[in-house]
Amino acid sequence: MELRKTYFADERKDDLHEIGQPRPRSDALGHVTGKTAFFADRSFPGMLHLKMVRSPHHHARIRSIDTSAAQKHPGVVRILTAKDVPHNLYTILILIQVGPEDEHVLAEDKVRWKGEAVVAVLAETERAAQEAAAKVEVDYEVLDPVLSIDAALAPGAPIVNEHHGRNYYLYDSGEARKVRFGDVEAGFAAADHILEQSYASAPIEHAPTETTGCIVVPEGSGRFTCYTNTQAMFFTLDNTSIILQMPGQQLHMVGGTVGGGFGGKVDVIVEPIAILGAKLTGRPVSFVYSREEEMQISSPRAAEKLVIKDGVMKDGRIVARHVKAYIDAGAYSRHSPYGAQKSAAHFPGPYTIPNVWVDSHCVYTNRTPSSAMRGFGVTIGDFALEVQMDKLARLIGMDPLEFRFVNAYRDGDMKAHRQPTEGAALVECMQEAARAANWPIDERFMAMSSRTREGL
Amino acid sequence: MAIRHGRGVAAINYPTGMNLGGDPTQALVHSTPTGNFMVSLSSVDLGQGMKQIMAQICAETIGVPTERVIVDTADTDTGPHCMGTFASRGTHRAGNAVIQAAREARQVMLEVAAEALEVDAGDLETDGTGNIQVKGAPSKSISIFDTALIAHFKLGRSISGRGMFLVPRSYPEAATGAMKPSTCYAHACTVADVEVDDETGEVTVLSVKNVFEIGRALNPKMVEQQLVGGSWMGISHALYETTEPYYPAREHGPTDFNEYLMPGPGDLAKTEVIVLERPAADGPYGAKGPGEMCANPQIPAIANAIFDAVGVRIDTLPITPERILRALKADGAAAHRGR
Repeated sequence: MELRKTYFADERKDDLHEIGQPRPRSDALGHVTGKTAFFADRSFPGMLHLKMVRSPHHHARIRSIDTSAAQKHPGVVRILTAKDVPHNLYTILILIQVGPEDEHVLAEDKVRWKGEAVVAVLAETERAAQEAAAKVEVDYEVLDPVLSIDAALAPGAPIVNEHHGRNYYLYDSGEARKVRFGDVEAGFAAADHILEQSYASAPIEHAPTETTGCIVVPEGSGRFTCYTNTQAMFFTLDNTSIILQMPGQQLHMVGGTVGGGFGGKVDVIVEPIAILGAKLTGRPVSFVYSREEEMQISSPRAAEKLVIKDGVMKDGRIVARHVKAYIDAGAYSRHSPYGAQKSAAHFPGPYTIPNVWVDSHCVYTNRTPSSAMRGFGVTIGDFALEVQMDKLARLIGMDPLEFRFVNAYRDGDMKAHRQPTEGAALVECMQEAARAANWPIDERFMAMSSRTREGL
Repeated sequence: MAIRHGRGVAAINYPTGMNLGGDPTQALVHSTPTGNFMVSLSSVDLGQGMKQIMAQICAETIGVPTERVIVDTADTDTGPHCMGTFASRGTHRAGNAVIQAAREARQVMLEVAAEALEVDAGDLETDGTGNIQVKGAPSKSISIFDTALIAHFKLGRSISGRGMFLVPRSYPEAATGAMKPSTCYAHACTVADVEVDDETGEVTVLSVKNVFEIGRALNPKMVEQQLVGGSWMGISHALYETTEPYYPAREHGPTDFNEYLMPGPGDLAKTEVIVLERPAADGPYGAKGPGEMCANPQIPAIANAIFDAVGVRIDTLPITPERILRALKADGAAAHRGR
């Protein structure tokens, strides 16, 4: 890595002692010698293990659940179903007033994705819990699933999630978070060329070294200590408090040393049910995802679909950008309404375009619920935007890097969401990339600055 | 049939912190009679090194070496509220809270030292090695260790501070989308060079040159680990990964690292990272959040490089050999558009 100090040197003071120094990490030696303690390194006498019975169907009605055979399995201590969870219907972002509650901790009447938790089994060993889980009998009436964004939005599509009553999240702005800036139709009318293209992506896994999990200890004080690898201690505490209808003061979360998050540990999934298990049995409870659960059950990055339509002039100026973004939330909201909103704010990318129209949708399907992941709401949008930029440059016969300079946002430019640009540095990144890669660009682009619109 | 070379570019920006704000974080700092300082947080270190960075920020602000700062996190009984580690917010939000707490602690520390040295607190400075001295007269000094003891045992003062950082929540206007999503943005531009085998569809990423603008590199080595790791993740996202390769069929879903495709050490490109610093007005020592951004620009840069090589556009991720071959087969003229 190289620091290029010549850029913006007058905006920095280089009189610092500790900041800017490549100090060795105090935790590095512990990490690489196996001495760092993670939550799962703890063990407590009498600790029970929790395993989930999961839906084998994308979409089905639950006719009945029979746990009698599982109950008799040697080592089983307690079996939990929906009726054991005090406030079984929740949604994570209710804490920041993004409702409605739309997801059951344990499925009640229906399952809405293949893998949804239905019954929790607590046993003396992982093996006993797993074997007993296999003995739980759930009678399902299989329903038609909705397996894609297009199917979800088609007229007459089955409703995925009755708590929304429609297969998309309803914002105060309607079926999508909207951005309207300038007059996009006038922009298209004036454009030399128009290009409309579609882009799509598949879910991906966070792939942390350490799988999601927690260990809960019921304390003599009546409180519960939860050793967890959550990325957000109070999100977990507050959601648990709501789900278990338990005052927050009874909950004590301990964590902060995590083997990789990437957004996969922002959902609140394992802690509430493990704490409930500890409360009902009076014993410590461990609930740790297997690698298979981490990859196929925990929320992945959403599948997305984008349709971008641009109007561009022969001289390289983009005069209109129209974006329709669709984020596949799967069966439940989790963090996806937030992600779709973040995507709306991100368009049209780091470019100054006078006419912008954005509709960003959060769509419900019978897919594994997606949620937070490094860059969600932006990463796939950037893939689409930057491939589109390449196509536009080639369409008008311009160098792809020079084309970006023509449109790059600079300080003072008004963004589509009506904030003036401050602290821009796109131009300088591109100048340095041109140098590093020996990518020849015209002198006038090398003379540009993010701090002024003079020169170009 | 040939191995074809291609080159692509992408440029991006990325907001720091929870979108639309409203995501507070607090910090507490206190001195102990060892001369050390404790930073109490409930922020989570995901492995990226948050504890180390908070220690350096606290040390810089108080004026002591980093090894004199201990970070205690994350415990909801002992640590004040933090929204969490996500949205590229950790360093920016918690860092600002730590600065505010450390400033308050430093002020008390200087007042105690001033009383001990019988000078005015405004005339004192820290020497960065663990001592407080009179500006212009460094021989008149007191160690921070002694200052901590005097505060506690003689003057009955607590060398401590409280820190809070909150970007107020912005509510988007329904009709226009007018909103304030973030207070600062990191930037990047990536150039990728690839080889594509037009017989097998296999892509080899030869090199990835990334330029990242991150506000301020608080610890350059840790910046490097995060940016290089992110760059690898971008390659993986572009070419390899999905949990549902033949969705809606789920039988092919990977269940472990043998089945979940990711690049191995031999598949990773020559990776170059260049860092620019344009300090954020509200960043801790100017820092922005590059944690998420650094895995984004490689994806379109590689997609564009593949087009440059073989003349087909794969607009669906991941860009697998199968998709490239199918596109080449469907479009016999494609190769003429590539190099």
